[in-house]
Amino acid sequence: MARAARAPRTSRATGDVLVRAVNITKAFHGNEVLKGIDLTVHGGEVVCLLGPSGSGKTTFLRCINLLESIDGGRIWVDGELMGYREDEKGQLHTLGDKQIAAQRREIGMVFQRFNLFPHKTALENVIEAPTQVKGISKSKAKERAVELLASVGLADKPAAYPGALSGGQQQRVAIARALAMDPKLMLFDEPTSALDPELVGEVLRVMRQLADTGMTMIVVTHEMEFAREVADHVVFMDAGVVCEEGPPDEVLGNPKNERTRSFLRRMHNAEERDAATADDVPDTGLEGVGLPPA
Amino acid sequence: MSTKTDVVRAAGQDRPGVIHARPVSHPWRWVALAVIAVLVAMMISSFVTNERWNFPVALQIMIQQPVLDGLVKGTIVGTIGAMVIGVVGGILLAVMRLSSNPVLRRVASVYTWFFRGIPRIVLLGMIGIGIPFLYDGLDFGVPFGQQFGHALGLSTDFTFFHLSLTQFSSTLLAGILGLGLSEAAYMAEIARAGIISVDKGQAEAAQALGMGNGKTMRRIVLPQAMRVIVPPTGNETIAMVKDTSLLIAIPVITELYYQVRIIGTRTLEIMASYVAVVAWYLIVCSVLMVGQFYLERYFGRGFGETKRAAKKAQQERAARPAGMGGA
Ligand SMILES: Nc1ncnc2c1ncn2[C@@H]1O[C@H](COP(=O)(O)OP(=O)(O)OP(=O)(O)O)[C@@H](O)[C@H]1O
Ligand SMILES: [Mg+2]
Repeated sequence: MARAARAPRTSRATGDVLVRAVNITKAFHGNEVLKGIDLTVHGGEVVCLLGPSGSGKTTFLRCINLLESIDGGRIWVDGELMGYREDEKGQLHTLGDKQIAAQRREIGMVFQRFNLFPHKTALENVIEAPTQVKGISKSKAKERAVELLASVGLADKPAAYPGALSGGQQQRVAIARALAMDPKLMLFDEPTSALDPELVGEVLRVMRQLADTGMTMIVVTHEMEFAREVADHVVFMDAGVVCEEGPPDEVLGNPKNERTRSFLRRMHNAEERDAATADDVPDTGLEGVGLPPA
Repeated sequence: MSTKTDVVRAAGQDRPGVIHARPVSHPWRWVALAVIAVLVAMMISSFVTNERWNFPVALQIMIQQPVLDGLVKGTIVGTIGAMVIGVVGGILLAVMRLSSNPVLRRVASVYTWFFRGIPRIVLLGMIGIGIPFLYDGLDFGVPFGQQFGHALGLSTDFTFFHLSLTQFSSTLLAGILGLGLSEAAYMAEIARAGIISVDKGQAEAAQALGMGNGKTMRRIVLPQAMRVIVPPTGNETIAMVKDTSLLIAIPVITELYYQVRIIGTRTLEIMASYVAVVAWYLIVCSVLMVGQFYLERYFGRGFGETKRAAKKAQQERAARPAGMGGA
């Protein structure tokens, strides 16, 4: 599929650093998964994290909002050291559960498998954190939730339980739920990879809109087109290190690192194969099943 | 060029229509039905023809005042009280078992080991006899306050409230506490199974939203765990209805089985008294099963609606203007 040429876009970055991660290391039972990751994200910027399976993208994302503890390095979000307090002598003290919860409030997260609360309706999912964590009144929270659901195209679904929604709808509720806390930063962990191909577009559309409102976003994704068109900055990770990073046109258009190149070649082949599947196969009503691995 | 529609048209009237198939035949169902019908007929005939069943007397025994007292206090209040302590204690123990605090984890497993290892009748007997024998009363105050007060020559001994145990243990309260403590040990395992059945992503999603550990457990994990916890808890409750007959070990005499037996021996209507007590236990358990049905439906919301619930939800949706959420 050929895309129309795009006017060069100026970065959304507003200049001030929102996320700074320096030399992050993390091992699971001696298996070193992150080997000194550095990342800087400016306010308003959209950063896409790419890389082969097992390269540590999810782990890194989870370290940012403290769902995973780190072994080494420091992460600052909006100038605040995450997970620790440093005293005058430079000694680190682990933060308690309450303080960690307070830091997480500033960061929204969207999961690969949605993780909506199945015993609550779409609306209840969205108002849960504002009412329970921020102490906002139920009626105020509902007003806001109705707006948020409308903004992700689900104005007609507030009373639906997640089990009665499609994957794409569930993921959009999950985005609304995260936004209800008014986060400074949104983390997305492969938000579309659990979706049927025909549902991917609706979620990416919502993410694009969000990017255009100036939200700072770190997105782990395999959607090359999204990275190319929406990202201000692309980071390619492999085996726990950042191999290459820069503007999307450079990293995706003219990669210098051999590992980036071979990964992109594989992704490209996969995309072509998908496209071929979509074009050649007659209407069987089975699109979305995908091809078996070659 | 042949397209899909051509193929369809070519098939014309030959395309298969509505299915009128014969259902699978089940001859053994009819055999089973016949056998059961004969057995039921025999039973009814015995009830009607054998006067020794003596149902009118059984009915009379059922509505004697001491029997009703025993039913309400011993069986119903006893079951509710013990199960409240059991469920709350069990969930607490399960949360302790699953916590990251090694002291709490160990305490919970020692508790379960202890109370699961003792027969209830022995436990109740020991509470009834042992506690008033060992201690005169229960003082609520500062731990070791009496010793401190004495050593420092103070006029107060830091005791705020005194409960006489000789009085306490002969009451229903001691029995309820005993049964409840024992039940908590079993409920702990049921609650633990429920909690670990909830996807880890649920707690992570709640935490990512900035919810603390307590709120995450209370608002997100436990309500979902209840779906798994309720059915075996119904089982435990029904078992508890029957275990309230052990309260006599305390001894609590306002208890259904004990009262019925007394009347039975006094009037020599032993069989009728058994019929009376069986009838009461069956009635109580039937009511509980109805309650369990509604509880399961409540905690199952959002997980595959039943036909009726779906219909109801649809009616509600139709009645409500769009954009208005229900809560
Ligand atoms: N909780 C865990 N315990 C042990 N090992 C883990 C754990 N989580 C991740 N790993 C390991 O860490 C490595 C990186 O995993 P991670 O999920 O971060 O990769 P990823 O880049 O997100 O891959 P994918 O694209 O498949 O999602 C993998 O080898 C994985 O097996
Ligand atoms: Mg991943």
